[in-house]
Amino acid sequence: MKPKVAFFDFASCEGCQLTVINLEDEILDILSKVDIVNFREAISEKGEDYDVAFIEGSITREHDRKRLEDIRKKAKVVVALGACASTGGLNALKNLKPVSWIKEQVYGRNADFYETLEKAYPIDKFVKVDYYIWGCPIDKNEFMEVFKSILLGKKPEIPDYPICIECRIKENVCVFEKGITCVGPITRAGCGAICPSNGNSCEGCRGFLENPEVNAEKQILKKYGKSVDEILADLNVFNVYREEELK
Amino acid sequence: MKDLNINVQYITRVEGHGNIVVNAKDGKVEKINLEITEAPRFFEGFMIGRPWYEISHISCRICGICSVGHSTASIKATEEAFSIIPTDQTVILRKLNLNAEFIQSHILHLYFLSVPDFLNVTSAFALIPINREAVLRGLKLKKLANDFSGVICGRHIHNLSQVVGGYTKIPDKGSLEDILKRLENALPDLEATVELFKTIKIPEFERLTEYISLQNDSEFALYDGFIYSSDTGRHDHKDYRNLTNEYCVPHSTAKHCKANRDSYMVGALARVNNNFQKLSPLAKSIANELGFRPFVHNPYYINIAQLIETAHCFEESIKMLTELLRKGLKEEKPNVKPRAGTGVGAVEAPRGILYHEYTYNSEGILINANCVIPTGQNLKNIELDMKKLVPEIIEKENEEDITKKLEMLVRAYDPCISCSAHLLDVEFKK
Repeated sequence: MKPKVAFFDFASCEGCQLTVINLEDEILDILSKVDIVNFREAISEKGEDYDVAFIEGSITREHDRKRLEDIRKKAKVVVALGACASTGGLNALKNLKPVSWIKEQVYGRNADFYETLEKAYPIDKFVKVDYYIWGCPIDKNEFMEVFKSILLGKKPEIPDYPICIECRIKENVCVFEKGITCVGPITRAGCGAICPSNGNSCEGCRGFLENPEVNAEKQILKKYGKSVDEILADLNVFNVYREEELK
Repeated sequence: MKDLNINVQYITRVEGHGNIVVNAKDGKVEKINLEITEAPRFFEGFMIGRPWYEISHISCRICGICSVGHSTASIKATEEAFSIIPTDQTVILRKLNLNAEFIQSHILHLYFLSVPDFLNVTSAFALIPINREAVLRGLKLKKLANDFSGVICGRHIHNLSQVVGGYTKIPDKGSLEDILKRLENALPDLEATVELFKTIKIPEFERLTEYISLQNDSEFALYDGFIYSSDTGRHDHKDYRNLTNEYCVPHSTAKHCKANRDSYMVGALARVNNNFQKLSPLAKSIANELGFRPFVHNPYYINIAQLIETAHCFEESIKMLTELLRKGLKEEKPNVKPRAGTGVGAVEAPRGILYHEYTYNSEGILINANCVIPTGQNLKNIELDMKKLVPEIIEKENEEDITKKLEMLVRAYDPCISCSAHLLDVEFKK
């Protein structure tokens, strides 16, 4: 029996599920190894019996929390797919403002038509998560690594060192040299430092390293006279929720 | 006289969460709603107070499928606010990137979301044993489009190097040459796609509506132009609020819009209807082969319009890439000085005209934002299509067929519910 796999989403752009659909070279192979029973973006089946659930998106509504808990009950393995599900992602930017103000800003006097929680949450606020696939969007290769690991029952190899290591391998000029802030020193590697390699700062979409105060790229911080707090004060797009948790 | 109770909770093979709800009693339709249940994400709220250089990186994340469209509208709005005029090279690269996104999004829709309906299967995956060749062709074309965008801006989904003022990394010549060669080599795949669509039976249905798209004198307008209404002609892009008039309805977390009628249409069919003469020769000949003569008032033909546009974007890209490579690319660095002001960015995204409007203070901090999304603009038009369609078929067809036709109608619009708030489900109540 092939394992049954389902994809679900909450508040998100669906770019991570699209990244899966964009596995043009691998998708036929994937389909030969598993049965995809629920994937609203791509298929009409709505199977409720599955072994592995990939979940994209943050939780922002009470009934979404209930749906998430229901998925957790049915699935043997739950995977957080992408930044919104793993860290709250940029949905958590709304957590910085009063929810009544933010609703009124978008929907005006009709704000009461729509329900939203005070905050946007990563899914592990409410359910146990077995695997995380980080990033906004996820990286194709990392998806394949986690996917294969689940099938083989092994632990996926996800880096636990900072982005700076990958920047050095790519021989990028350090972003701090340009006088711009970068959260690479406290961010989990694994994307190949794709943003700095294309002329941008790392914005931290892959989430913090475990215990950033201890595991940060200290040499870089020392060289440019920055603390973890100072970096986050300058640039925090993806880790608003996790930063609150750290405090 | 028939009762009907359709409740499609949720529509599949669309981007986002939506339901179709239809109630009819004694052959009379009492209620037809396209409910949009996508979780609101509040971009226009949480972007306020953030610096200009973050804005296009944040706002492109409104949608994974049309990320380049959002990024481009966002950048154009900020540039207008700061009085920045991009270089010719930047404009060409942005146009190429939009072409890549159109090909990517249209191929995804045609091969993976729509075709299964026409061939009576539940998904492109289910099509593999029946027509493996078509699925492989769809995958190949999609990959080409994704790689194309990747070469221009680093990555299609949530691009990296396309920013206010230009590009942080100029694409390299070898990669552009490779894309050019692959586009030329894929022309037979495009022809095969046209052959596939010739075999497809498109449901008969017509409803006159207003078509709104960009338009300009020099080209098939995707990047820039006036706002053109088939009812009232050309308008300045800054007048977009008078042509959208957003309003809230309780059954949708995406706002509805209206211009000169109760609803209007944006997207591939609106563009091809409004700007047919500006299409490339290949696109026109494909339109001819598929029997498309403007104006077409059948929304199921949105699929055909997408195919025509795909051909146009192929041919235009080949032309533009050839010219760009002939001239050679220059190293240019974005140079941005923020100032207080307001700007509107209007571009065509695959699903239709998209507006971002921003106001900044003198430090370049965003103090106001408004985004009007194509799918939101189409929602009322879809509902009115359903209201005309259901009475026409209610006595002739069974509930299963009516449901399928309604789902296909919604799917034809290729709604992007993540964008519009993010949603789509069909619900028939009897």
